[in-house]
Amino acid sequence: MSLTFAVAGVDLNVPERGETASRATGAPRVDEARQEVARAADARRAGLMAAAQAGDRGAYEALLRECLPVVAMIARGRGVPPDSIDDVVQETLVTLHRARHTYDPSRSFMAWLRTIADRRAIDALRGQGRRRAREVHDPVAYDAHVDPTPDAVQTVDRHDEDRRLRAAIVTLPEGQREAVEQLSLHGRSLTEASAVTGRTTGALKVNLHRALRSLQARLKGEEQRHD
Amino acid sequence: MTDPSEHDRLLRELGADLTPVRRLRAPGLRALGWFSVVLAIAAVLAMVADGAATLARLAAVPDLWLSALGSASTAVLAGWAAFELSTPGSRRRWALLPVPAFVLWIGASGLGCLRVWPAPGTGPMAHGESGECLMFIVGLSLPLAILITIMLRRAWPLHPALTAGVAGLACAAAAATLLNFVHPFDAAATDLALHALGVAIVVAATALWGRRPLTR
Repeated sequence: MSLTFAVAGVDLNVPERGETASRATGAPRVDEARQEVARAADARRAGLMAAAQAGDRGAYEALLRECLPVVAMIARGRGVPPDSIDDVVQETLVTLHRARHTYDPSRSFMAWLRTIADRRAIDALRGQGRRRAREVHDPVAYDAHVDPTPDAVQTVDRHDEDRRLRAAIVTLPEGQREAVEQLSLHGRSLTEASAVTGRTTGALKVNLHRALRSLQARLKGEEQRHD
Repeated sequence: MTDPSEHDRLLRELGADLTPVRRLRAPGLRALGWFSVVLAIAAVLAMVADGAATLARLAAVPDLWLSALGSASTAVLAGWAAFELSTPGSRRRWALLPVPAFVLWIGASGLGCLRVWPAPGTGPMAHGESGECLMFIVGLSLPLAILITIMLRRAWPLHPALTAGVAGLACAAAAATLLNFVHPFDAAATDLALHALGVAIVVAATALWGRRPLTR
C-alpha cells in the first residue's frame, strides 16, 4: 500500500508508516504499484501532448506546467548549478515546443521529455565549462586591484594631507622652501631651478635634502599629536 | 536565476504560438523512404550492368554473398538506427543495431582474402581500378548522405554527431552493396583495403560535417 502525493505535478510515492519494516516481503508489490502509478501518469501526459499536437492550448499549457518541476529535477540530477536550473527549464520547454511534432503518443512521454531535458542540461554544463575556461580566477589579484575611482573619504583625506604639507612648506626657511617648490612641486630640473633662483645646483640639493627631513619630522610630529 | 513569473510568461507565449502539427512518421517508415531511393538506384544499376552475372557471381562464392548480405544488412540497420536516433526519446544504444551486420560484412570480406580459388566470372583487376572502387563508394555516398541528412533534420536529433555517423555508415554500406553491380573482381586484399578506406572516409566525413546541419 502506498500513498501517492501529487506535488506540483510530480507524482511521489511515499510508503506508509510501518511499510518499511515489511519491505522484504512487500517490496515487489510496492514497486509494481509505483510503476503502475507512473505508467498512468505517463499515459495521461501522452494524452495531453497528443491533444497539444492537435492544437489544444489548454492541454498544452497544463502539460508544460507539469513539466516545470520534472525538468528542474532532471537538471538538478545532472549537476546543473541552482542558479542555472531555470535557464535549463526554459531551454527545454522551448525545445519541446519546437520538436513537438516528433513525439509519438504511442511511446513514453517521460522518456521523450527526459532526453530533451538531459540534452539541454548537458548543453548548459558545457557552456559553463567553456565560460569558466575563459575566465581568470585570482582572488588575490582582485583584492589587490586598485580602484581607479577614489571614494569620498579618500578624497577628503588627500585634500587634508595637501593642506598640511603646504602649510609646512610655508614655514620652511627661504632657501629650503625655494628648493622644494622648484624641484618637487614645479618639477623643474636642478639646472632650471638654479636659473630661476640664482642658487647653485649644489646648494639646491642640500636645501632640498634638509627641507625633506624637516617636513618629514614636522608631519610625523603632527600625526603623533593627532593620535 | 529566472523569476518564477518568467516561467508563466514563457508558458503563455508557447501556448499562444501553438498550432496543430503534422506528426512525424515512425522512424522505420521514414527509413523505408530512404531505402526506396537506394533501391531505385539499385534498379537502375541492375539495368545498366549485367545483373544476372552479378547474382551468379555472388551466389557461387559464400564469402562474396555473405559480404554483400553483411553490407546490405548494415545499410538497412544503420539507416533504421539513424532515423531512430534522430527522434527525441530514443536511446543511444540504437547505434549498436548495425554492429552484428557490420561484423558479418567485415568478417566475410576478410575471409575472401583467405580463399585460394577464383570466383566465377571475375577477372584480374587492372592497375588503378581499385581507385575507381573508392571513388564509387565515396561518390555514391555523397548524394545518399545529403538526402538522409535532410530527412533526419526533419526530426530533432539530440545526438547529432552520433546520428550523422550512423547515417554515414548506412550510406557507405549502401554504396558498397551497390558496387557489386559493377565490380566483376575477386576479393583481393588491396581492393578490400580501399573499400574499407572508402567506408571510413564516408563515416568520418558525415560524423564531422553532418553534425552541424543536424544540431538543433
